[in-house]
Amino acid sequence: MQAEGFWRRLKKDICRNWILYVMVLPVIVYYVIFAYFPMYGVTMAFKDYKIKKGILGSPWVGFAHFQRFFSTYNFKTILKNTLEINIYGLLVGFSLPIIFALFLNYLKSNKLKKTVQMVSYAPHFISVVVLCGMIRIFMDLDTGVLNSLRNLAGLESVDFLSVKAWYKDIYVWTGVWQGLGWDAIIYMSALAGVDMQLHEAAIIDGATKLQRMRYVDLPSLKPTIIMLLILNLGNMMSIGFDKAYLLQNPLNLAESEVISTYVYKQGLLDANYAYSTAVGLFSSIINLFLLVGFNALAKKVAKESLF
Amino acid sequence: MQKLREKLYRYRMKYSDRMFDAFNIIFMCILALVFIWPLWFVVIAAVSDPIQVNIGNVLLWPKGFTIDSFIETLKYSLIWSGYGNTIFYTVVGTCLNIVMTVCAAYPLSRSDFMARKFVFYLLLITMYFGGGLIPTYMVVRNLGLVNTRWAMIIPGACSVYNVIITRTYFRTSIPESLFEAATLDGANSFQYLTKIVLPLSKPILAVIALYYAVGHWNDYYTALIYLRDNDLLPLQSVLRDLLLSNKILGEQGGFNMSEEVERRRLLALTMRYSTIIISTLPVLVIYPFVQKYFVKGVMIGSVKE
Repeated sequence: MQAEGFWRRLKKDICRNWILYVMVLPVIVYYVIFAYFPMYGVTMAFKDYKIKKGILGSPWVGFAHFQRFFSTYNFKTILKNTLEINIYGLLVGFSLPIIFALFLNYLKSNKLKKTVQMVSYAPHFISVVVLCGMIRIFMDLDTGVLNSLRNLAGLESVDFLSVKAWYKDIYVWTGVWQGLGWDAIIYMSALAGVDMQLHEAAIIDGATKLQRMRYVDLPSLKPTIIMLLILNLGNMMSIGFDKAYLLQNPLNLAESEVISTYVYKQGLLDANYAYSTAVGLFSSIINLFLLVGFNALAKKVAKESLF
Repeated sequence: MQKLREKLYRYRMKYSDRMFDAFNIIFMCILALVFIWPLWFVVIAAVSDPIQVNIGNVLLWPKGFTIDSFIETLKYSLIWSGYGNTIFYTVVGTCLNIVMTVCAAYPLSRSDFMARKFVFYLLLITMYFGGGLIPTYMVVRNLGLVNTRWAMIIPGACSVYNVIITRTYFRTSIPESLFEAATLDGANSFQYLTKIVLPLSKPILAVIALYYAVGHWNDYYTALIYLRDNDLLPLQSVLRDLLLSNKILGEQGGFNMSEEVERRRLLALTMRYSTIIISTLPVLVIYPFVQKYFVKGVMIGSVKE
C-alpha cells in the first residue's frame, strides 16, 4: 500500500517536474559510469585478473593480493612514509593557518592586512609541476639558489632532495608555503564574525591581545577547526600523488615512496592491475574508517560532526 | 595607592599590547617576504645573465638584463602545442563543467524535487569513496577515450564539492518567493532557471568557473595517466619534461664548439625560469582581478549544511 503510494507520488513528480529529471539525468549517468562502475571494478582486487576474461570471468583469489602486499619487502617503508608525511603534514599544515589567521586578524592597518593576505595566497595558484620544478631548481646541487645562500653563509653545497633526513621536511614545508594563506581564509572569515561585545567585555576585564586571542577568538573557531580536522583526517592515506611522484629521485626513494605512487607504478607502469587495485582499496578503506571514526569521536567529545 | 596601582597596571597592559603589535607587524612582513621571494626570484633569474645566475650573484635584483632565455624558450615547439592544448582543455572542459554543475545543483536546490535526497547521496558517496586508479582507468579505456582529447575533459566533468557550493548558493541567496511569483506568471522550471536563477547567481558561477579553469590549467595527473601522444600533451606535461627530467633545454646537436655548448648549458638554466613564467603568466595576470572571487568561493563553501 505504502509502496504503491510512493511510486504514484514519484510518477506525479516526474510529470510535474520532468524538466528537473531531464537535467539531472546526464549527471546521474556521468556518476554511474565514472564513479560507480569503477567501484564495481574494485572487485578486481579479489580476482586473478586476466584481460581476455574480463572482470566477471576471472577467477576469485580471495585476499591473495592483499597478502602479497603485506609481505612485500617495502610494505613497511611505504606505510611508514605515507603515515609519517601525512601526520607531519597535518600537524604543521593544519595548525599554522589557524595561528596565521589569529595573528593576521590583529593587524591594525587594514592596508597591510590586505596586502599580506593577497600575497599569502598567491602560491596557491601555482601548479604542482611548477612547484616541484621550483623546488628542484632552487635546491639543485650546483646551480640552486639555496646553495648559493649556503655558500654565502660559509656552508658547503648540499643536494637537498637526496638527503634522506630532509625529504619529509621539504615536502611538508613547501606545502605550508603553498597552502598557508589559502587555508587561513576560512578562519579569517570565521574571525570576522566574532561578536565584538565579547571583545569589549574582555578589554574591560583587562585582557591583553594575546589573552583575547586565546580566550575569545580561539573558542569561536572551534566548530570550523573540528569540521576541517575531520575532513583532513579522512584523507590520511591518500597523500597527493602528483607532488610525491614529481619529487622522487632514485636517491630518496626510501623516503618518498608512498601508497599512491606505488599504486601508480604497479598498476600503470607494470600492468599489475589487480594487485594495484588491491593496494588502492586498502588505503581507501583505511581512509573511510578514519573519517567515520573521527566523525563519531568528534560528535561525542565536541558535539560537532560532518554528518 | 589603589589608583596608582591601577595606572601602573594599565600602563603595563598597553605596553604589552604595543609590543604585541610591533612583533606582529614585523612577523607578518617577514612572512610576506617568504611568500613572495621565491616567485620574485623566478622573475629576476629569468631576465638575468645566465652566468650571474649560475654563480649565485642574483638574489634580490636582476643582473645583466637579457631576454635571451625567453626567446630561446619560445623556439621550443612543444611549448606552443602544449599551450594550445591546455587552452582547448581549459575552455571546453570548463564549459562542460559549468553545464554539468548547474544541471546537478539546480534540481538539488529545489525543495519540491522528489529525487533530491537520492541524487544528493548518490553524489556525496563518491566524495568519500572511489574505485581508485586502475578501475577508473579500465572504464575510460573501455569507452575508448584513452589517448584522445576527451580523456582530459570527460572523466572530470563534474565535481561534487562545486555542486554542493552552487546548490548552497542557490538555496540561500535566492528567495523562494521568486519561484512562486515566476510560476504564477507561467514560467516553467527551465525558464525560471535561465531567466532568474542564473542571472542572480553570477558571483557563484564566476567562482566555480575559476575553480574549474585553474584545475584544468594546472592538471598534470590526467595527462600522465591517459595520454601518450606528444601532440595531445597539455602544458603541464611539457613543463614536467622541461623542469623535472634531466633533459637539457636547448640542447640541439650541431656544432661542437665548446664555447657555444657552454653558453647553451648556462642558458638552459635560466630558460627553466622563463618556462615557469611563460606557463604561469595567464594565471598570474588574471589573479589580482579575480582573487576576491576565489575568496568568496571559500566562504560559501564553508557554509555547513
